[in-house]
Amino acid sequence: MHDSGEVHIPIGPQHPSLKEPESFLITLRGEKITAVNIKIGYNHRGIEKACEERTYIQDMYLIERICGICSHSHSTCFVQAVEEIAGLQVPPRALYIRTLVAELERVHSHLLWLGVAGHEVGFDTLLMYAWRDREVVMNLLASLTGNRVNYAINTIGGVRRDVSANTLEEAASAADILEERTKYYIGIVTTETTLINRLSGVGKLSPQDALRLGAVGPTARASGIARDVRADDPYAAYAELKFKVVTDNSCDVYGRTVVRLKELLESISLIRQVIKNLPDGPIAVKAPRRIPAGEAVSRYEAPRGEDLHYVRANATDKPDRVKFRPPTLANVQAVAHMLQDRYLADLPIVVAAIDPCFSCTDRLLSLDRGGQIEKTVLTWEQLRQSSIEHYQREGIDFSALNKKLADKM
Amino acid sequence: MSAEENIKQALENTFDYLKGAVIIKRERRMALEVPAGNFAEILKFAVLELNFSFLSAITGLDNGDGFEVIYHLNKDGGVILNLKIRIPRSGAHIETVTPLFASADAYERELMDLLGIEVKGLAEGRRYPLPDEWPLGDYPLRKDWKGNLSANNEVKNA
Repeated sequence: MHDSGEVHIPIGPQHPSLKEPESFLITLRGEKITAVNIKIGYNHRGIEKACEERTYIQDMYLIERICGICSHSHSTCFVQAVEEIAGLQVPPRALYIRTLVAELERVHSHLLWLGVAGHEVGFDTLLMYAWRDREVVMNLLASLTGNRVNYAINTIGGVRRDVSANTLEEAASAADILEERTKYYIGIVTTETTLINRLSGVGKLSPQDALRLGAVGPTARASGIARDVRADDPYAAYAELKFKVVTDNSCDVYGRTVVRLKELLESISLIRQVIKNLPDGPIAVKAPRRIPAGEAVSRYEAPRGEDLHYVRANATDKPDRVKFRPPTLANVQAVAHMLQDRYLADLPIVVAAIDPCFSCTDRLLSLDRGGQIEKTVLTWEQLRQSSIEHYQREGIDFSALNKKLADKM
Repeated sequence: MSAEENIKQALENTFDYLKGAVIIKRERRMALEVPAGNFAEILKFAVLELNFSFLSAITGLDNGDGFEVIYHLNKDGGVILNLKIRIPRSGAHIETVTPLFASADAYERELMDLLGIEVKGLAEGRRYPLPDEWPLGDYPLRKDWKGNLSANNEVKNA
């Protein structure tokens, strides 16, 4: 193996630079990657088979948990297919609420990605900032749906919770904060030379290759492919709302960053439109337990790109077949191509730049005080206060700096 | 005439045997079941002449008597064409579509692993999505597979 000057390096399935199990067998000549062999499937949990053995309502809970980041994407995609087979007319208010949660989910997902991308290129301040601001949208999702992740807002025939006027006000002020922060990040990404130089020309994917390899979402749009299910095949309330399909012609990781940031602004504008135009009326229609025989294909623009669900019903309360094609499966096939002839050091950011799915966890913290069984749940403020006190005991005090920052804001 | 009707007419004019087979289910949703023997020429026509340039997914399913394979093709404008073929259960096989869609690789490997449909012409590669030590002959998405691994210890990629 060394005679030919080539070295083989296995990366994964468990590796510090990967956020979820996947394996890359890399062939290197010097620092350059000459071949990549990708093995995925470590997260295969047999959900398609499990769905066949459960009722439609039970499947809703299962499908919500395909992914911790785009749970709403999968559940909406699935209910749309079932509603089409059953011929249900979903009330407009429900469609708008679905759209609201969908765009909030996109905002949280893109901000999460921005942080991860910053981390992968050694810009950890960006990670801290982006994830701090992401809390704004996570809190809003919690007040809207009751959950930070796995929102469970959908049901067959509509949504499970209505939104109050108060929550809409909360959403409107959150949109203002998020817009300001997004503009700040766009400023950084378009002017910070270290970031521009690190990301430009990395993970190249030409428009032809993006089409040939079937890339979707921001990965394809950053290669100039104006493909967005929300515009091409409108669902929920998108046909009545105005937004731009953001594209970029850089065809690299830099382009993918710019596309996601500009999409944040579009999402914020969509959120405002939903708040302004939310129709009155019921939020769900009654759905039958047994879904009549039939089949339907449903598409959804998830934060990572086109999600496709196929459902076949057989007039029972359980589906005959459910098929999912999440966006990462479409995008991962372009990764091997992007890595070809690139440096090994680019691998983490190139893989991260398609934004592969990984789970995010709840923020509740449980403290076990001195071996006592009793546990305490800390609020965000208490957690923050306890960490400030911890560092003060260590002799590190940021209070003067914090005050300065607070005065500036 | 709508985009969907144009597509229907183009298909029916080119292939006589498709008269009445092209179904417009609703706006942007079309379905077409074709004989397995004619699949290749119809797919080629749909891709090259009708600009169905994107393969969103391939769904395989077990209907008890045999397998159905549905190719979800889409094009700019949002129209999806669900192109379906039926294949018999014994010696189930299809031809790869990777010469037209490089992206089909993972979708076809899924058919092999989960339903046991042989895909002829697919390049050598690592299996997807089941683990390497999964036994030969256990195909989870077949309706007669109930979750018990067979005693078969023979491994596909040993």
